[in-house]
Amino acid sequence: MATLTVDRPTLTPETAPAAPTRRRPRGLTGTLLLYAALLILSVIIVAPLLWMLSTSFKTTGDATAMPPQWIPPEPSVEGYTSLFADAQAPVLRWLANSVLVAVLHTVLVLVTASAAAYPLARMHFRGRNVVFALIIATLFVPGFVFLMPNYLIVDQLDWLDSIWALVVPGAASAFGVFFLRQFFASLPEALEEAALIDGANRFQIFTRVVLPLSKAPLATLGVLSFLGSWNDFLWPLYVLFNPENLTLPAGLSTLRGSYATDYPAIMAGAALASIPVLILFAFVQRYVIAGVARSGLKG
Amino acid sequence: MTATTPVPAPVRAVASVRAGDPGRAPHRPRAWTPYAFLAPFLLIFVTFVLAPALYGFWMSLHNWDFFLPEQPFVGLQNYVELFTPGALVAQQFWESMRATGIFVVLSVPLLMVIPLGLALLLNRRFRGRTFFRAVFFAPYVLGVSVIGLLWQYLLNANTGLVNGYLTQLGLDEKIPWLTALPWVWVSLVGVTVWWTMGFNSVVYLAGLQGVDENLYDAAKVDGAGPWREFVHVTLPELRPVILFVLTMTILASANMFGQSYLLTSGNPSNETRTAIMYIAQVGLEQFRMGKGAAMSYLLALLLILVSALNFVFLRQKER
Repeated sequence: MATLTVDRPTLTPETAPAAPTRRRPRGLTGTLLLYAALLILSVIIVAPLLWMLSTSFKTTGDATAMPPQWIPPEPSVEGYTSLFADAQAPVLRWLANSVLVAVLHTVLVLVTASAAAYPLARMHFRGRNVVFALIIATLFVPGFVFLMPNYLIVDQLDWLDSIWALVVPGAASAFGVFFLRQFFASLPEALEEAALIDGANRFQIFTRVVLPLSKAPLATLGVLSFLGSWNDFLWPLYVLFNPENLTLPAGLSTLRGSYATDYPAIMAGAALASIPVLILFAFVQRYVIAGVARSGLKG
Repeated sequence: MTATTPVPAPVRAVASVRAGDPGRAPHRPRAWTPYAFLAPFLLIFVTFVLAPALYGFWMSLHNWDFFLPEQPFVGLQNYVELFTPGALVAQQFWESMRATGIFVVLSVPLLMVIPLGLALLLNRRFRGRTFFRAVFFAPYVLGVSVIGLLWQYLLNANTGLVNGYLTQLGLDEKIPWLTALPWVWVSLVGVTVWWTMGFNSVVYLAGLQGVDENLYDAAKVDGAGPWREFVHVTLPELRPVILFVLTMTILASANMFGQSYLLTSGNPSNETRTAIMYIAQVGLEQFRMGKGAAMSYLLALLLILVSALNFVFLRQKER
């Protein structure tokens, strides 16, 4: 046990080398066929995104020219400048709102879910099973049930048309509590016992022993919460009104009307909303994929 | 053991501060400690999950118009109305349920089969696996708003890339992808598959990697080819994951809103207006919230039933 380290593969499966997979492709033909299939699929996935980026640098005329032009014949930033100049479509403001909302939401999810998961994993207290069962039960209730009542509650709190309507209501993450509770319960209890004997209180053990050991699942939950908030569409569409207050998803949907066929401007907006998450995803994809994969194994 | 583990170093620092406190025995936290940990979560949970779940049901029992000074109690009338033939609300509601149903029936099989094939490809050992896995997952991290704007442009009948290439291939007619049946369904389902297949693939892939290697070896010894291996080893071993993906996908498809809202606006003549879209219109645009809430509860009940059935099925087969 003396060699116990934080990076034990059992604690962080997502950082472990991929399990050895069976079946090598058979021979050279097999390998070529496999790569051919993967390449074709990749093109189907990536081409629309490249088209978006390419169009955002075109002139309005070139954007609808046939046959399609993949490289802008006259590269132009008109799409971006016309969008930036439009007071009715303050995209940079939307971008800032989206970042602020997603960051605050993620922090709130991580703090509340981890704090709630710890006693559920480690302490015995009256009402524990009831609380846990209630939290789990809400995992099965579809989100649209909360739409109207939460609209009224948010209205009562005077949060309509403010970022708080987006940050707080979705922050009670039942999935987060369940996910972290399972992880905390799998940690070796000896570490916490040692700290207890040394006189640390529960809060100190939580912040200085448990949380530092839980970086990987916290990162996974954090990234999933960030993406969920960043991409949320229905709720912001109905609780935000002032163009200044919109997030990117709600704002972008208004471009359809006002920019109709000004595709370079619309694609510039879409690119602006995509590039930050795609870059984020490139860096943290293993946490995202670990979280998604885990959801299936637990189910 | 404690002395050599790297982790408790900061704890030792804490311990030295608290060394003069021998009174409390370990393992005996104060009675309120667990509740203090739970409090922040429970505050949000009760306010925005538990209370609204009950509040919504309460609303559905009233004629709850946002702008009326009073919301009279009407009992189950909002629900009864949904089952009254000839009532406009009932007609429109079931029309939207039909749209959601069509979408579920068309999208779920594709979202079950294509990602499974993709996962089988990705489960082989080759250079660049992680890269391809990330590429296929990438569209999923983009929100429905980006997907909607992008495909509205790509599928535009006159100026879109898709019809542009079809014309080059010799197709004279311009396909009305976003304005006419049955093309609207092809578009909505196709875009959704493009957008979310990577998600299901990753879940399948995790399941595939958990399949016991020895089973394949045993199958090989028995002379099973790749197809029989798939049918007799992979599929049965994957059953729990398949049922999980099925449940998740049905729920996700039944919740469809953004694609219809952004790509077809529910057209032609409300054919693609989904249940969620109609509920949002009734509740949050016309503010007839009692009716909207009743519809939400009806649909939720249906979906909970579907998930429950799936889980019962899973349990039964496991025995």
